Amino acid sequence: MLSSESGPPGRTRAARLRAWLDERLGLTGVRQFLAHKTVAVHSGTPWYYFGGITLFLFAIQVLTGILLLLYYRPTAAEAYESVQFIVTRVRFGWLIRSIHSWSANLMIFTAFVHMFSVVFLRAYRRPREVTWLSGIALLGLALAFGFSGYLLPWNTISYFATKVGTDMAASVPWVGPALARFLRGGNDVSGATLTRFFGFHVAVLPGITTVVLLVHLALVQRFGISSPPWVERRSAASRLPVPQMPFFPNFFLRELMAWYAALGALGCLAALFPWELGDKADPFSSAPAGIRPEWYFLAPFYTLKLLPSRIWFVEGELIGLAGFGLLAVFWVLLPFWAADGRGGERTRLVTGAGVVLIAYLATFSLLGYLR
Amino acid sequence: MMRALFAAALLAPLVLLAPLAQAADSCLTCHGAMDGELQAPATAFANDVHKRRGFSCADCHGGDPASDDPETAMSKAHGFRGRIARTAVPQLCARCHSDASLIGRYKPQQRVDQYAEYQTSVHGKRLATGDQAVANCADCHGAHGIREVRDPLSPVHPLRLPETCARCHANPAHMAKYKLPTNQFAEYRTSVHWEALSQRGDLSAPSCASCHGNHGATPPRVSSVAAVCGSCHSVMEDLYNKSPHQPVFSGMREGACVICHGNHAVRRPSPAMLAGPGAVCSQCHDAESAGGKTAAQTAALIGKLDAAVRRSDEILARAARSGMEVSEAVLEQQEGRGDAVKARVAVHAFSLAAVQKPAEAGLAIAARTYAAGEAALEERGRRRLGLVVSLLAIAITIAGLWLALRAVERRQAADAAPAARS
Repeated sequence: MLSSESGPPGRTRAARLRAWLDERLGLTGVRQFLAHKTVAVHSGTPWYYFGGITLFLFAIQVLTGILLLLYYRPTAAEAYESVQFIVTRVRFGWLIRSIHSWSANLMIFTAFVHMFSVVFLRAYRRPREVTWLSGIALLGLALAFGFSGYLLPWNTISYFATKVGTDMAASVPWVGPALARFLRGGNDVSGATLTRFFGFHVAVLPGITTVVLLVHLALVQRFGISSPPWVERRSAASRLPVPQMPFFPNFFLRELMAWYAALGALGCLAALFPWELGDKADPFSSAPAGIRPEWYFLAPFYTLKLLPSRIWFVEGELIGLAGFGLLAVFWVLLPFWAADGRGGERTRLVTGAGVVLIAYLATFSLLGYLR
Repeated sequence: MMRALFAAALLAPLVLLAPLAQAADSCLTCHGAMDGELQAPATAFANDVHKRRGFSCADCHGGDPASDDPETAMSKAHGFRGRIARTAVPQLCARCHSDASLIGRYKPQQRVDQYAEYQTSVHGKRLATGDQAVANCADCHGAHGIREVRDPLSPVHPLRLPETCARCHANPAHMAKYKLPTNQFAEYRTSVHWEALSQRGDLSAPSCASCHGNHGATPPRVSSVAAVCGSCHSVMEDLYNKSPHQPVFSGMREGACVICHGNHAVRRPSPAMLAGPGAVCSQCHDAESAGGKTAAQTAALIGKLDAAVRRSDEILARAARSGMEVSEAVLEQQEGRGDAVKARVAVHAFSLAAVQKPAEAGLAIAARTYAAGEAALEERGRRRLGLVVSLLAIAITIAGLWLALRAVERRQAADAAPAARS
């Protein structure tokens, strides 16, 4: 009926709908952008998928987080019971909670893989320094999501891990005690901390993350996906352009397959190893033996445990925290020290730093897990 | 002038140290420098609770500890008593320990009737007749290295008390003249009470003094056995006193609880005590008698409850190991275990009806928790089936995407070929 009444003859219904949307949303520009967007094809191309997988897992986090919000109650008296209700009484509640917890961990893992692939493929180089900085900020936000979300079920392990974590914050010189009090909403981890962490987890962090994520994605679109320098050099030597594949549909379909694979892995983890709830936190009980934080905080946690209580006249933990602070600054500023003053690349230094950091994180996380 | 100053400098330390020299205890100084038996009291006294409270050797032995001359320090003129006779030890200790105003200065809540109690004990009565082989204060508490009872090194600390009593009571030579058995300590070490004390570290678990008394140590009379056991097992005592067994056992002049449970070798009770070969009930009740039948029915009921609780525990543990959330059922299961304990306690009423009430409540809980465990395992099966279906759907989707990608890339290659040729 639409064709005979409202459009010129000869055009299909789909074409007319497209034209209608195009007139109102300006889709032609997007289509043209996608048609011309390409991705370099070389041996490192598969590493490009990890950024997209991280984004996909973040989307799952948002979706499952909203569903959990329908039943979760952020008070010390009700938090544990509400999560227990979700996993035992709510239809598919166990699945939603398990997927939320597992995808949070997988997201942090893929974010680390993405970061190291950027380092080893030299994708941080000029003019992508701000892209790197926004990516590092996103990784920091993901860790903050993990730390704040860990407490929310209000179980024994999460309670004491948060106690240990905020104690570490308290040992930072000058600002430490005030920072710990701000995080806890008091002198100790309590119901006030839970409410505060809930606020960070569902309002403050998502707000900041949305802005930084949009900046990061906009910069990726603005500068395109980087090709490694050795691929560019080979291309220049052979006077042949770097082989490219269209972003849409070629790269997009491959990325979609990776997303489905990630979804399958997530389903397996959630169904075969449902995330444990544990026992309700009891602030008056003593800390259980072998208390440790989530795996992504294990390496610094174990390092601090290894340090002696005093080194010369300074507290060992303080020296450890100062060391981690320096390491973080050094890593955040990587694009700026990776290039020498003459525009050359300190390739070996960057590769060495990346390998050492991976070896340190893997070894100390494993030792922290086993001890 | 210079000579006077020099002399003053030499004398000054002597003048300053004079009060310290006076405060020194010549008993410890001399005996500390001796060997063997004469040195031992001075060495042991270093850790003695009395020394920490400011008491000295002379407070018990008399003499003048301020004198460096042994003749003067240990002279009768200064009240020196020397070695205290075994029969005089309780009275000597009682001089302070029966004095409420003196003890109150150090431990206001400590009792001061130990000596009075001791005089009523078998040990005290025999000592009064001149029997020097019976225990006095020093035999249990030590003489010169006395520690507080709560000190784990004290011989009367709950963990060490049985061994201390056994030093005499497990010694056949020592007990021969009293015609007392010496197997109590060996039997006690097989008991559930010793297990609680030594393995679980439960200091409230009974040892010798809990049943026999400490300073007033005496074997419980037949008529008071139930009351002695009932000081901890009060519910069992109440049920027993109202049961048909109470008048019968009293008439038999048998010691209530010990008839079934024994005295020193109290074992963990089980339904096997009620029925079956070697059951204690079968010693009096024929299997076909009313009592025998009640015992068999009670044993069957408790056995059934135990089996049901165990079955639920197993299925819930299996579900929990699979990651299923069964904490509510596990919590309810604790209540079921509580009913199993109540059913065992109710056995002391010697009536099937008394056992049935908690047993049936426990069986109902066990049935519910088992059903919860079964439901959790069924849910686990459904989840796994759902996972397989989902993985299949995901695999088909990935295959479809791959086929679509191949078709796109073939078309692109076909489009690119003429362009390249031209």
